[in-house]
Parts: sequence; structure tokens; C-alpha cells
Amino acid sequence: MSDNNHEPRIVAFLCNWCTYTGADLAGTSRLQYPPNVRIIRLMCSGAVDPVYVLKPLLDGADGVLIGGCHPGDCHYQSGNYKARRRFAVLQETLDELGFDKDRVWLRWISASEGAQFADTIREMTAMLKSKLDSAIVG
Amino acid sequence: MNPETLATGRPGLFAGGDAVTGVGFIIDAIAAGHRAANSIQTYLSRRSTVNSQQLPITNSVVKLSRDEITARVETGKVTKRERVERKWIDAGTRVHSFEEFALPMSEEEAVAEAQRCLECGVCSECLECVYACRAGAVNHAAIEATRELQVGAVILTPGVEPIDLRAPSTSLRVGYRPEYGYGRYPNVVTSLEFERFLSATGPTQGVVARPSDGAHPKKIAWIQCVGSRDCARDQGYCSSICCMYATKEAVIAREHSAEIAPTIFYLDIRAYGKEFDRYIERAKNQGVRYIRSMVSAIEPGANGNLNVRYALDDGPKTEEFEMVVLSVGVKPSAETRALAQRLGIALNEYGFTESISFAPTATSRPGIFVAGTFREPKDIPETVIEASAAAACASQLLASARGTLARVKTYPPERDVAEEEPRVGVFVCHCGINIGGVVRVPEVVEFAKTLPGVVYAEHNLYTCSQDTQARIKARIEENHLNRVVVASCTPRTHEPLFQDTLREAGLNPHLFELANIREQDAWVHRGDRDAATRKAQDLVAMMVARAQHDSPLYRLVFDINPRALVIGGGFAGMTAALTIAEQGHDVFLVERDAELGGHARHIQFAVNGEQSTVNCVDVQAMLHDTIARVMEHPRVHVYTRAEINDVAGYVGRFVSRIHLADEDANIALDHGAIVVATGARAATPREYLYGMDNRVITQQDLESLIINRKSEIENQKSIVMIQCVGSRDESRAYCSRICCQQAIKNALKLKELNPQTQIVVLYRDLRAYGFKEDLYRRAREQGVLFLPYELDAKPNVAIANDKLRVTARAAFAPNGKIELEPDLVVLSAGIEPNDNAPLAQLLKVPLTQDGFFLEAHAKLRPLDFAADGIFLAGLAHSPRALDESIAQAQGAAIRAVALLSQKQREAVATVATVNERLCAGCGLCVEMCPYGARALDADAHIAQVNAALCQGCGACVTACPNGASQQRAFEMPQVFAMIENAVA
Repeated sequence: MSDNNHEPRIVAFLCNWCTYTGADLAGTSRLQYPPNVRIIRLMCSGAVDPVYVLKPLLDGADGVLIGGCHPGDCHYQSGNYKARRRFAVLQETLDELGFDKDRVWLRWISASEGAQFADTIREMTAMLKSKLDSAIVG
Repeated sequence: MNPETLATGRPGLFAGGDAVTGVGFIIDAIAAGHRAANSIQTYLSRRSTVNSQQLPITNSVVKLSRDEITARVETGKVTKRERVERKWIDAGTRVHSFEEFALPMSEEEAVAEAQRCLECGVCSECLECVYACRAGAVNHAAIEATRELQVGAVILTPGVEPIDLRAPSTSLRVGYRPEYGYGRYPNVVTSLEFERFLSATGPTQGVVARPSDGAHPKKIAWIQCVGSRDCARDQGYCSSICCMYATKEAVIAREHSAEIAPTIFYLDIRAYGKEFDRYIERAKNQGVRYIRSMVSAIEPGANGNLNVRYALDDGPKTEEFEMVVLSVGVKPSAETRALAQRLGIALNEYGFTESISFAPTATSRPGIFVAGTFREPKDIPETVIEASAAAACASQLLASARGTLARVKTYPPERDVAEEEPRVGVFVCHCGINIGGVVRVPEVVEFAKTLPGVVYAEHNLYTCSQDTQARIKARIEENHLNRVVVASCTPRTHEPLFQDTLREAGLNPHLFELANIREQDAWVHRGDRDAATRKAQDLVAMMVARAQHDSPLYRLVFDINPRALVIGGGFAGMTAALTIAEQGHDVFLVERDAELGGHARHIQFAVNGEQSTVNCVDVQAMLHDTIARVMEHPRVHVYTRAEINDVAGYVGRFVSRIHLADEDANIALDHGAIVVATGARAATPREYLYGMDNRVITQQDLESLIINRKSEIENQKSIVMIQCVGSRDESRAYCSRICCQQAIKNALKLKELNPQTQIVVLYRDLRAYGFKEDLYRRAREQGVLFLPYELDAKPNVAIANDKLRVTARAAFAPNGKIELEPDLVVLSAGIEPNDNAPLAQLLKVPLTQDGFFLEAHAKLRPLDFAADGIFLAGLAHSPRALDESIAQAQGAAIRAVALLSQKQREAVATVATVNERLCAGCGLCVEMCPYGARALDADAHIAQVNAALCQGCGACVTACPNGASQQRAFEMPQVFAMIENAVA
């Protein structure tokens, strides 16, 4: 893990209606961001099972991103609120399990926020990289 | 060499172009090429005679007459220029070499020569475009054709265009607002140009940069009403959209750079739409500065800056800005007006269609309807509403022919793949150079071949093209594929296309996966081909792994009940009921009150449409006529004094329980769709002595006095109207939209009754949008005095010596205020929502924070609720004028008819399921479900899913503590397979 050349690997669970569409917009706008993320499309951020977050971390991913609609904008009325509560609990669990909880991010990125999506991936990659470089991950 | 055939002395060898004739025109060279090609074809096909006149392409040769050329020169389209002198290698050098003796032109020379082009519009048939377009979309053989279509109705939606500030108006020989310097000062731009600066695909890639020097401006001014509300330039009307778009641009500019300080110069902020005022308030809080003043001139300052001159109460000002944006108005284009003329449609003085009262989408010619901005400038939600309304009117004419031209696509029977091992076929798309220019596609294909389960892989130039669909079908058959993975673009756009191909090949459409290697790979990693290729391989591996777990999915199909329920018997409800009934569907119209009519019962007259008269429409007569039509219509079943107690079921199959007060009975009605038209009510003022002195009345009271006690009203010497009473303040944040027009309407009516009556209107922003500006102007011309006040300095109404005394701030008055002693004070009290919460709860639909119903999407789905099968019209949506309510009711009705006219409906495929063996009956999923699709079987203690209601959000799956709940197509093994390949 302290290999300085290690490129962080991020697994992103994006809701179909907002953040996945926002990631598409980043593409149509030709915004460039680091190639470290692998996106998994789910219908709603409220459908992200905590196991989906833990499994990539156990399998060797460096970070997990959950992306959903802004509060009040959920396509399914309240899925993002459910995600937010679940995320709060999950953060504590991660702490107890000895994971650095900064490795898991929850972000609201709408379908029109392609730039915010690209920024988020840039920031998250940079943060994980600096953690890897100082070998404090895990 | 034969000059006709270009054949040389040696059989089979042809020659042409500069090599034969010496340096000539490129056109001659192309012609020679065509001629030689023709001769060669003839030669090869061994025809005995060679006809040199038969050129391969014969059409689209244009010859300009001398007159036409002269006209082009005179209009400045082309200018006369000398040919550019060619340079040659000197003779001494030429003797010793075979070098090309004509030297090429420099770039400047070539451009200069090209600028001599007469722009006669001839295609030189070089066919470069055919070769360049890899999709093969260019067809040179296609020529203009005239087709005749037999139609029963026409809907016009040509829209408008921004006013061209440089174009001379018809009455003046100068452009619009020359004093603002557009075209002279580079840093004065139009609002549409500024919109492009903000766009990621714009000229500056989304960076706000000044045209003159590319610097990032900090102080930017917007000037409103450029080409709007301007009679001197034939643009008397309000363009309706500029206040909001200018605010949006200012807000977004600040989002781009927090250093930008926007200022908007305006006359009235016309934020009359739903939630618009909140947006303005938010903009103010975010640092957008608003100044109520007309800018008189813009003068150039230092460093490309601009000095903006305007006046405030305390005198003229000059302020320096780095950039100025002109908020230009809109009008129909010359082509649109010509189209209307060809169709025989009457236009108004501004070139929009002549409107007809309370038939919002009708034109002067029966059977031709109009929707959108060609009728009157308006925002997106209104155009969407009108589009539906026009469809309703057209569809009413065509109801008997519905479906007669529709064809149903048939598919082969589905292959049963349950017993087969997964056999995956992978198709990787180059998308021209979009993907192929970054991702090394062949490497992805080779990698895909190594993945477990993959039996076939190939790459295509365009996987979405029609011939590739045929290829995919063939490959499915040849290789007996039972899963297909396409690696191309986003599934949000192209998944249905490929799924249809699978169906045509006899596979269930859900045995398909799409790897997004364009939007989420090639386009965002253009600088790193290795990483992009590796990522594409990962994405393919993830989808191939997921596909192994795919199983056929089937949508629940259920019959649709063709009847509709309309809640609310006001004008909107009745219009919706009649529109649906006219299309052949039974309608239940449920009204809480004892009689139909709703809020329209309080409207006496209207000034919509025709601008020539004030008292043009007797609303009460129209209302009674509509009520009679509703009562007589055999398909409309009216229930008055009726309340809805329960709404069960789902889209296509609702059951509602209604309590009838008169009979004290409960009945159940079954129906397939619901239109909510529960209206709103006039608000009661709580200030300005209302209710304490009977000389203080509302606009609604005044309207009824004008009709019922005309003689009393005629003798009033002085009347003061106060706008925004209880609107746009802390008690009700929204604008009631109708009060300004109502005040103008009543003021004009009073002036008609007695021109001597002195009328003063105290207002905050006069929201006479669209052509209502004409009425506003007419009121001022007739002596109605309009005085603005600010929220922090409201007028005061008091009683002194038994007389009403109104005090208001007025900068022009000597002591800064005016005092009036009117006979009547008329308050514009606005509209407030009914208590909608109980009904909203029954229907499980949301309300806005103001208490109106909340539509599915403010701009794009203004007539729908997020919940399927429920539609929205009238004041229950937001305050609006009567003709706007009618358009909305017609629109909501056709949305309902579109659903009801289908015999059957398919539910969502990716629904939740329950593994009964694992279910403990805890009921968490029931609580989680926002759609009521979950229930507990009381006897078996097992959770159930109503597949017709389930929208496939997955909330219940995550909530389930023992994994009994799963969502189809998002099952845990599928997600796990993707995770494993994402991390690998």
C-alpha cells in the first residue's frame, strides 16, 4: 500500500437520474478528470446497500463515492434522504472497523452539474493519492 | 488528346486538368475530372461511342444573371475585388527543372481570392463531405421535393427569435437602442451572446471573458427591456422572459466567478411565474444588485470599460462597468410571419398570432392551432402547457380517426434461454473518432474475447447504425448468443435501441448491457490513451460479468380503465372534463361546493385577447354557458357537495370513495386517471383598514360594484388602488400574478364610465407581461397615475375627519411624499391556495411551500405529477389568468386522454421482488416504499410487492435486513460482479 506509484482506485455508485447523468454531462462537455473512477449505475442513492460500500474497500479499492440528487430533488421523493442517514451510520461503522472514513464520500451532484462531478473526482483522487503517498490508508 | 473525351493517344490512358491545359480554374479541373471519369466508365463498359456531354452529375448548377450579381454587389453581400496576382517561377529557373512553375498562394492571398466568391450557392460536387462523414449521412442524390400530406389539423409552433439590434426597425432607419453602442463597443453584448460565454461549449469554454481583451470582467451590468416595451421601435409589448433570464445569467455568472458583481437595470421586475419571486430574492441575497432606472446612454471609458448613464431620484449618475449585457426581447421572424400569411392566419400589430378570447390556442382559421411564443412571448412552462392544449384542440377534431394510421411493430417469439449457459457477444463501438480517437478499440475487443462467458467480440465504426443492428441480429443467430454487451455511449440514450434489436432477434431485451465508454471514458480522458483503454476494458469486464446474471424480465401488463376523475368544478375542472368527454371518455366531475364555477364566479369581465375594447368578454355569460354544456354532456357525470375520502389503486386503475353531503351517502368511482383542478381563493386583506371601513374594498368587490352598482361607482371622484396587498411579503412570498392586470382592467373600466375619475395605482413592480403591456400603456394614456413603492415603505391608509387619507412616498413631491384623500381605496388582495393538504395526502402528491400543488417538473412537466396518472390544472397549480387556466385544463385533459386511450399499460420492468423463504414479515419495506407498492400479507406475515405501483427505486431492498427483497436487474450478485471487476 505504501507503493508511491499506486494509482488510487475509486468505485462510484451513482443514481441514474442525477449524478450518473451529471457524469454523462461531464463527458459531453469534454471536461477532463483522472481515469481512476469506475462507475456503477444504480437507480437511486437510496439503493446503495452498506455492503456495496464495504465490499470494494475489502476487495482493494481506495475510495468509494456515492452520488445522488440534491436534497428535495430525489426522483423517488426521498431516496437521497435515506442515503444520507445510512451514510451517517456507515461512517461510524467504518471508524469502528478501523477504516479511514474519509475514503467514503457522499455527494449531491445534479444532472446539470457535470463540472461538479469532474471536480469531485479530481478532489477525491488527489486526496486518496496524498493518503497513499503518506501511507496512512488502511 | 481528344478534348471531348480526354482520351490520349494510348488506349485506356486519359488526361485532364492543369497537366493538359496549364494553370486554370479549379472548377475547370473538377469538370475535367468528372468528364474523364465518365469517359473511363464508358471505356471500361466497352461502349462503342463515347458521349462526352453526359456528365455524371447534372443537377444543382446555378447560373447568376448579371442583374443578380449586381444586386449582390449593391446589397453588400459581395464586393468587387481584383483577382489576386499569381506568382511564377522565373523562366531562367524553369528551363532547368520540372518544378511546378506556378507558385502557391500565401494564406492571405488565398483568403483574398476566396473572398471574391459570389456565393451563388453552387455545390462544386467535390464530394469531400461524403468521404468525411463516416456515418454515410450525406446523400448527394437527395433533392428538394414537394410532398402533399392530408391532415385534419395543423399546429404552429415556429417560436420567436431575439431582436437583431442592428436591423433597422420598420419605422426608423436606425437599429434598436443605438445609444447603447451594440456593435460599436466590443464589450456591449446581447444576453444570448452572454449565455454562450457561460456555456461549457461556448467560445470561451464557459469562462466569462470580455470580447475586447479576454479579461475577466468583475463589474457587469444588465440592461432590461432592450427591444421590449418600446413603442418608438414598434416593440410595444413586454417580452415576458428577460427579467428571469437576466437574473439567471447574473446568478450563474457569480457561480462561475465569485468576483463578478452583477447589476441589473430594470423598469419592473416581472417575476410573475410560479416560484419566480423566490428566485429573485435568492439572487438578491447572492449579491445581484437591482437598480430601478432606465439607462439613457452608454459611453466608452478607459481600457474598454463602459460608462453607464442613468438617473435615480437624487439625480443623474454615471457608473463604470467592465461589460454590459443587453437583455434583448423576442419577436417572430420574417419567415414565420410569411408562413402565417401563406396559411391565412391573422397576425396582430406585432406579428404574433391574433389571439381569440378564452380559446388560447385557436387562430383566426379553424383547424389551425398555435402554441408557444408565436402566440405571445412566454416562459418554458407556459409553452409546454400550450403545446398540450393545442394537441387537445387538434385531437378533439381528430378523435374519430385516432389510431387509424398507427402501425404496431411485431416481434418474433422469445427464445427461452433459462437452460443455456451464458454466451455473451461483445460489440465495441468506435463512434467514429469519438471513442476510437482515444480508446484503442481493437485492444478492447481482444481483451473482451478473454473474458469468461464471451463467445464472440467485434468492433464497429458506429454500433448504433442501422446496418450494425442487422449485424448484431446475424451474430446472435450465428453464435447462438444469449447475452449482448455493447460498449459505446450512455445507456440513458441508446439502451432502448439495442434492446429493440435483441427483441427482433428473439431475445428478451433485458439480456442486454451497455458499457459507457464514451461519456464516461473516451470524452473525459482524452489526454491518456493507455488509461482510457484500460478503463474501457474494465467497464466491458464489469458489464460482461453483470450480464452473466441477467435474466429475462417481463413487464406487468394491465388493462386501463378509460374513465377519468376531475377534482374541482371551477373553470379549469369543467374545461378539463369537457375536453376529456369530447374525446369519448366518461368523466366524473366532483365539486365540493353546491354549484359549479369556482373562482370564476367572482370575475365579471375580462380584457384578454382583443386590445381594442375594454369590456370585450362577459365572463359570467361564458361561465353559465360552460356550466350548461357540462350539465348536458352525456359523458360528464357531475357530483356537487361531494368530498373525496379515499383514493386507492394506481395509474390506470384507481378507485375513489366520494361522500355526497346531500344524500349523506358514500359512493365508489373507478377510473384510470385523475385531474386535480381544485382551484384557489381570493385572499382577504389584513391591512389598510380593510374590514374596518367600508370605503376600503378589494378589486373583486370593485368589479362587482362596477357591474351591479354602476351609478354609485360613476360618481367616485378619486380612487386609490394598492397592489401586492398580502403578496410578495413575509406572509405570502409569491406573486399572485393576476392583480396587476386586474387593477389595470378595472382602472380602464372606471375611466370608461367616467373619464374624470382620478385613479392612482400604488404598485411595487407592474407585472403587465406580454401584450398586457398595451393595456398598461393605455391606462397611463388615459390619465391613470402609477406610483411605485418599496416593501420597506408601504403606503399608509388612515381616517382623518371621516375621510380616507392615503400617504405614500414619492420622490418627485416637494416633501418626498404625497397625500391623497380618495373616495375609495381598492386593495389588490391576490390569490391564496385552498387547504390542499388533505387531498395531497390522499393522492400522495407534494405541495409547494406556499401550499399549491407541486408539479413533476417546473419547466418540462408542468401538467403532470411525479406520480403517474395524476394531472394538474388551474389555480391549484399557481395563480394565473382565466385564459391561462383554460390552456392548462385542456393540456392536462389531453395528458389524461393520452393515458386513457391506451387499452393496456406496461408497468416498470425493474421492480422489487420478495424471496418469501427469507422474508420475516418485519414490514420495514412497507415503511420505506414511497409509492404504497408494499404491503404485508396479514395471514402469511410475508411482504408483497404490487408490481403495478413499484417504480423500481430499490429503497425497500436496502432496508430489508435479511436480503429477502431484491430489485430485478439490480440483484446483489449483479452489483457484486461489477464491484469485483471494478476493483480488479
